[in-house]
Amino acid sequence: MNIVVCIKQVPDTTDVKINPETNTLIREGVESIINPFDAYAIEEGVRLKEKYGGTVNVLSMGPPQVDASLREAISLGADEAYLLTDRTFAGADTLATAYTLAAGIRKIGDVDIILMGRQAIDGDTGQVGPEVAENLDIPHVTDIRKIEQIDDQGSIYLERLLEEGYVRLKTKLPVVITVVKEINEPRLPSLKGKMLAKKKEINTWSAKDVEVNEKRLGLTGSPTQVVKIFTPPKPAGGKVFDGDIKDSVGKLLRELRASGILMGSEKGDE
Amino acid sequence: MSSIEVIFDKCIGCGLCVKACPFAAIELVDKKAVINEKCTYCGACVDACKKYQAIVITRHTFEKHDVTQYKGICVYAEHRHGKLSSVVAEIIGAALKLKNILKVPTSAILLGHNVKPLAEEILSYGVDEVWMIDNPKIGDFAEDIQAGLVTQVILEKKPEIFLGGGTIFGRSLLPKVASNIGTGLTADCTELEIDPETKLLKQTRPAFGGNIMATILCQYHRPQMATVRHKVMKEAAKTDSTQGKIIEMNHIPVPDPVIEVLEFVQEESETVNLADADFIISGGRGIKDPKNFALIQELAKAVGGAVGASRAAVDAGWIPYSHQVGQTGKTVNPKIYIACGISGAIQHLAGMKGSDIIIAINSDPEAPIFDVAHFGIVGDLFEVVPELLKQING
Amino acid sequence: MNYFLTEEQQMIKELAAKIADEKIRPIAHEYDEKEEFPAEIVKVLGQADLYRVFIPEEYEGLGGGVFEMCLVVEELSRACGGIALAYAASGLGIIPIILFGTEEQKKKYLPKLASGEIIAAFALTEPDAGSDAGAIKTTAKPEGDSYIINGTKQWISNGGDASIYTVITLTDPSRGARGSSAILVDKGTPGFEFGKKEEKMGIRGNSTRELIFQDCKVPKTNLLAKEGMGFMVAMKTFDQSRPGVASQAIGIAQGALDEAVRYSTERHQFGKPISSFQAIQFMLADMATQIEAARALTLQVARSIDAGEKNVAKISSMTKVFASDVAMKVTTDAVQILGGYGYMREYPVEKMMRDAKITQIYEGTNQIQREVIGMNLIKETLRKKK
Repeated sequence: MNIVVCIKQVPDTTDVKINPETNTLIREGVESIINPFDAYAIEEGVRLKEKYGGTVNVLSMGPPQVDASLREAISLGADEAYLLTDRTFAGADTLATAYTLAAGIRKIGDVDIILMGRQAIDGDTGQVGPEVAENLDIPHVTDIRKIEQIDDQGSIYLERLLEEGYVRLKTKLPVVITVVKEINEPRLPSLKGKMLAKKKEINTWSAKDVEVNEKRLGLTGSPTQVVKIFTPPKPAGGKVFDGDIKDSVGKLLRELRASGILMGSEKGDE
Repeated sequence: MSSIEVIFDKCIGCGLCVKACPFAAIELVDKKAVINEKCTYCGACVDACKKYQAIVITRHTFEKHDVTQYKGICVYAEHRHGKLSSVVAEIIGAALKLKNILKVPTSAILLGHNVKPLAEEILSYGVDEVWMIDNPKIGDFAEDIQAGLVTQVILEKKPEIFLGGGTIFGRSLLPKVASNIGTGLTADCTELEIDPETKLLKQTRPAFGGNIMATILCQYHRPQMATVRHKVMKEAAKTDSTQGKIIEMNHIPVPDPVIEVLEFVQEESETVNLADADFIISGGRGIKDPKNFALIQELAKAVGGAVGASRAAVDAGWIPYSHQVGQTGKTVNPKIYIACGISGAIQHLAGMKGSDIIIAINSDPEAPIFDVAHFGIVGDLFEVVPELLKQING
Repeated sequence: MNYFLTEEQQMIKELAAKIADEKIRPIAHEYDEKEEFPAEIVKVLGQADLYRVFIPEEYEGLGGGVFEMCLVVEELSRACGGIALAYAASGLGIIPIILFGTEEQKKKYLPKLASGEIIAAFALTEPDAGSDAGAIKTTAKPEGDSYIINGTKQWISNGGDASIYTVITLTDPSRGARGSSAILVDKGTPGFEFGKKEEKMGIRGNSTRELIFQDCKVPKTNLLAKEGMGFMVAMKTFDQSRPGVASQAIGIAQGALDEAVRYSTERHQFGKPISSFQAIQFMLADMATQIEAARALTLQVARSIDAGEKNVAKISSMTKVFASDVAMKVTTDAVQILGGYGYMREYPVEKMMRDAKITQIYEGTNQIQREVIGMNLIKETLRKKK
């Protein structure tokens, strides 16, 4: 089983704060981490390898410091790491990103399963998975919460999370799978893994190393353009009731009613 | 190729761009801005440097489309088990609003089997044309074949705007279509507007877990595609007089699906469907024990809402992941969101900030949840919720 | 204080800390309440390669020593002194195999112990033989190629959960301590049973049991070192393991200090956080100073042992006696700072105080340690006079 896990290095957004004066993100002291959803994809890749044999390749596109995230993936059980890094990749939207990643996947070659998190926590788009699949002309399934099994015929059985429940699906390899966090509990790294990761050679590819049309890369290959970034307006100061609880609840229901929202019976008004 | 350049003669080393850069990609070296490899060309620095105009982004774009050939606004009509998804009326509503400004026809792409009644329902919202492919091979969860079909319909009909629901299905289908056509796609938009001058679609969406908003354009490629966040746009109203027509496009061949649906399972609990709920009652760390979710359950039942949870409650194993609201869980936009014993970590806020009215119940008056709440009650949820129930039930 | 760890040591410390914070702390209270052995954590520690750190590389270890073991024990103990014992007590059982095992014994046991697949224990104490270890009664009678073991060992950490036990026995009761021998006994050997699980004050996240031997027959190849060297094996083992107990104490103390500092900045009385009162600040200052002193002593002694210093009994005892007394003092003060909350089982510090107490008692009571220190001190002085 030849597995590729696509990962993205992201700022740990649970730490992100906004500078109220400049209205911009305060990045100082914000750690770069492996996109949390991708951590589940790495774990699932390693589990598939443990069950069916094979190789787990991690692939990322980004600036040179993504090296650290790829090494972390190695410490978590991935076998090989590939970094697509080139100034011409910068400014890529999801279309150009997927195009570039697909070129990397083709270069790795003979891939059976491509795993990634359902979305990155910085962009929140969830588009790269399906777009990679389209570039490779293979099927994709998103929001997978369980890989049931892969049989000898190359069929894979999956459970896909939906808004109102889930569906069990069957499809053929090769396939792009995006995973939700329910799928597993990622392991911690091992010391041996960490030591291996330190020494591991990360395969670094520039635009010249992969087969690409340069016009499809980075900003040039991105049809979408961010024209404005702003912080959402803060909600106007809410009303907080901190007195007697019975009283507070009564006031709340009255306020809601005044806003045209009815909760329960009129009699609630005391 | 595209580039970003600092014009050193104009740069005075004020550092405004350094502060404005969300990616820490600018440093001051010898009092001049220097852009490093972390730059994503977002343009925040260009805005920050309006006064001196010392930063210039040169944008080249690949294989531009002939945009004049594309006309009209099209939506993707998602449906399941013979019913249109509730997001469809919302994106039609958005399309009709855009139509008022662009003065172009609206349409919907409808794929499936025996879907004519749905086509008629779509027309009743005031859509001009439904482009329909009716074929038994097109199942409910078949984005594998649907992506190709949607692509062909679009290439034939050439709408300038194509919108889909920001649902699990829509966010899986539309990227494949966009990639197939080679156009841009903006995910999970919360606002769509037409620029009065350029007539381009301004697509606004949250990023960084809702910490920032970004407005995005797709200038040279068509259609301009977006998925639209569920429960944000106002639904179109149904009318009695339908003037639109159904255009069958069965000349497009339907391939065999490669994804086979084995089983569809509705989650037992009727209180899980957070995406569609008007009321959501969520519990967090303050719930303290799995059995206390019964209280949340009871309140949800009393108001006909769904039960949500914070990551803390899910990670503690008190309630299944399917209930989790937040960045790593579900994004919800109900009319009322009641957060019980939830402190309001940024990752949770990212998932529920879009709610019309947020009510916080927390014993800690300093909890960040009160910063986003429209109404708050400071108190022990084990006292407040029962009192709320009592007063609601009269 | 910066102890200038190597990159590898830093990695060990960070990984142990991560496991302590993410895996152990959330369940520490539960295991304390249930008095259960933390098998799930042993698995995590094994997967993380932490049991490998002090085992030689030829036996699938990472080739570190006492120092690395101390780093791990301290970090784990910060979250739970009891759960950390599943690690430290296995170390106590592993050390004699490393020090005295034959090539065959090492090959048989160390790789599995290194991976955490099995854990070890050490058995010396008996109902009538605590500080007076020479009073043990468990016998191992030589008979052909075997020993027949009879007797009862008491209060054995990891008892029942460990797979391999280093048992100190008398092979020649007529010679007393000089007739003692250390013998490896596998769990499951016929005639080797476990007695009752003890109900304890602290370190309840570890199982402490009796080992009962009734005509338990083990091959002579299970002997460690030579017949008659049992006490030497025990003493040399303790020389290397006591810094581990010291680190357990330091970890518990550090955990208590962290809680106390956090609480004192959050708790408001008289309109101010209590950390603004000197009465509290001075207590915190003393706690922190004592912990740092204990850590500095312990890590330096561990380094000395690993570097091959001879006659380490004295300095090894110093680490345990000093660090365990510090832990008792610091945890007691932490309970005091948390006041009524500190006394409640819902808050973590009362458990830390209970866990700290054992470090003054086991692997030689602090009274015995002081005797060891005193005796060595006098010996050294007399030697110099000559």
